[in-house]
Amino acid sequence: ISLDLEQYVKSNSTTRGYWKCIVLCCVGVRKLSSTSGSYPLVCIVGGGPAGFYTAQHLLKSHPDIHVDIYERLPIPFGLVRFGVAPDHPEVKNVINTFTQTAQHKHCCFFGNVNIGRDVSVKELQEAYHAVVLSYGAEANRRLGIPGEDLLGVYSAKDFVGWYNGVPCNKDLQPDLSSDTAVILGQGNVALDVARMLLSPLDILKKTDVTQPSLEALAASHVHKVLIVGRRGPLQMACTIKELREMVNLPGTKPDMVTAEFEGIAEALKELPRPRKRLTELLLKAAQGSAGSAQATRQWGFRFLRSPVEIRPSSDVTRTAGIRLAVNRLEGSGENAQAVPTGEVEDLQCGLVINSIGYRSLPIDATVPFDPHKAVIPNTVGRVEQVAGLYCSGWVKRGPTGVIATTMNDSFDTARALLQDIEAGLLKLSTKKLGSKAIVTLLEKRGVNSVSFLEWEKINAEEVKRGGRAGKPREKLLDVEEMIKIAKT
Amino acid sequence: MAAATARLGLLPFSRTLLWFRGALAALAAPGFLRTPTVRSSVTPAATPARDRLAACSRSRGFSSSSRPLSSDNKVTVNFINRDGTKLSVKGAIGDSLLDVVINQNLDIDGFGACEGTLACSTCHVILQEEVYNKLGPISDEEMDMLDLAYGLTDTSRLGCQICLTRSLEGITVRVPETAVDIRQPSDAGTTTSS
Repeated sequence: ISLDLEQYVKSNSTTRGYWKCIVLCCVGVRKLSSTSGSYPLVCIVGGGPAGFYTAQHLLKSHPDIHVDIYERLPIPFGLVRFGVAPDHPEVKNVINTFTQTAQHKHCCFFGNVNIGRDVSVKELQEAYHAVVLSYGAEANRRLGIPGEDLLGVYSAKDFVGWYNGVPCNKDLQPDLSSDTAVILGQGNVALDVARMLLSPLDILKKTDVTQPSLEALAASHVHKVLIVGRRGPLQMACTIKELREMVNLPGTKPDMVTAEFEGIAEALKELPRPRKRLTELLLKAAQGSAGSAQATRQWGFRFLRSPVEIRPSSDVTRTAGIRLAVNRLEGSGENAQAVPTGEVEDLQCGLVINSIGYRSLPIDATVPFDPHKAVIPNTVGRVEQVAGLYCSGWVKRGPTGVIATTMNDSFDTARALLQDIEAGLLKLSTKKLGSKAIVTLLEKRGVNSVSFLEWEKINAEEVKRGGRAGKPREKLLDVEEMIKIAKT
Repeated sequence: MAAATARLGLLPFSRTLLWFRGALAALAAPGFLRTPTVRSSVTPAATPARDRLAACSRSRGFSSSSRPLSSDNKVTVNFINRDGTKLSVKGAIGDSLLDVVINQNLDIDGFGACEGTLACSTCHVILQEEVYNKLGPISDEEMDMLDLAYGLTDTSRLGCQICLTRSLEGITVRVPETAVDIRQPSDAGTTTSS
């Protein structure tokens, strides 16, 4: 703040300026910063949990900071809305705190603005003292095997996007006509997909799953879901809450291969409590002591299997099966490696879901990006070698973790930014135009941004439509329709 | 004290006021901290106490913040925040520790993200051993979420599941560090959640 005072005095070299400075000093440093216009102007790219938590921490910690959030879709909240499963509504409670943040008098939300296409990161840097990139991971890791693009093969990102109403996934029309589905990957996303495929409709119809997806799932023939991982039971990446939900899923029973659990019970006593409880529950399910005898639907894990080829039907139009390489483990615990034995195994299935991870993409040629790790190179959220540029969330540390992980990560980035403000590194004396500059550019380029108040109109419409069907909301699936309702 | 003063420079004015009120009240009435009626604009969760998952079963005829201020139905709880600051407040018997943090507007970053519905572990607290042993059994659901908490100990619980009773008068509750930038992966695996 003393730096600002010096700059202020220098830039007002007339006597009037000098006296103004003295008077303002008496009134208080805070007054000085607001009249000289040197309050920090920050913008955040991405309106999901990372963006909102970063904004929240900045606004709470600094009295004068102004934060603008730019989001590509007309509507906010990112994966909280589009990733969290429909039958996990309590996880979405964080939307309440995000709403409060958006309504903060120093916070402004701009939906329907695509940074990288409508506005460049460079233009944001010219308009703001600092830019935070929190745009997450919009792509997915590819399997890199033959048959990956056959009908019947989908990334978990697209499948989850489909049942959660992501506009660009609304026409996915996944093929649910076969008896068996194979999910590759054993994280919580894989378990969400399994649960959505096998949940009784009575449960699903009361959630915010989209109506077209609900109808497709009602007509689904999928009765058996196998969740395949390349390593063993002790390396399974999902967490116990999600496993317990599968074990307790009405109308289903577990179907596992007992041989795959050899030696696991003996290893239990050495394990830390979280892994021990998870493994105990898994063993209980594997021993067939879970699920009802009359259950018509089955789910199970298959371990030590890596996909090598997805095999087409005889008319080559769709998926008919998957060839898996059999592995053995080298080492143990979290660092165990899967090593192929040379054996293979074929499974019949008509649906394959690739759930091996999301992946971030570079936003702009001017922003550094590590293509191997698929993250923006950074130290505690400060983008390497670019002053005034920060990142938080999945694009910063990779696409893993629960919402709370992203929350802490975003607070870390916000703290780094605040430290830089305090250390005078963000050149607050330079007057920046903030959203005024960006809105001018958007108008020139014919981009119609959506405000938070306008999102609330869309929200009200979704809740109204959902109410008619006994659901918390009926999500709008079409961007044009969202904008139309926003602008009425 | 230096840390608190340094932090003051970053807090909004209304919270500075709150701090002074608290300090003056503490000076004026030793051992008895009045419930501040000024609610700061800093974000507590929006879900009212009565709508959160009722881990603490008692009749909620009116919201906790409008309870009479008599000391009969309140106990003192001491929170040790992550930076070592001690926050001593009164909580209504029957309220959960999460209710207390929210009603007293305690400045604990990111506490109670899921608003008491056992869908996160951000209200993770560490108790004194004798207090931990006094509490009722932990449900599987609480244990499942606690398993994901960073820095899990043998006397860890989720604050949203601990209900205040008279026998918890004067307890000290530590809010542990959350995972920071250089973090060790927890053994259960940090995977994407639903």
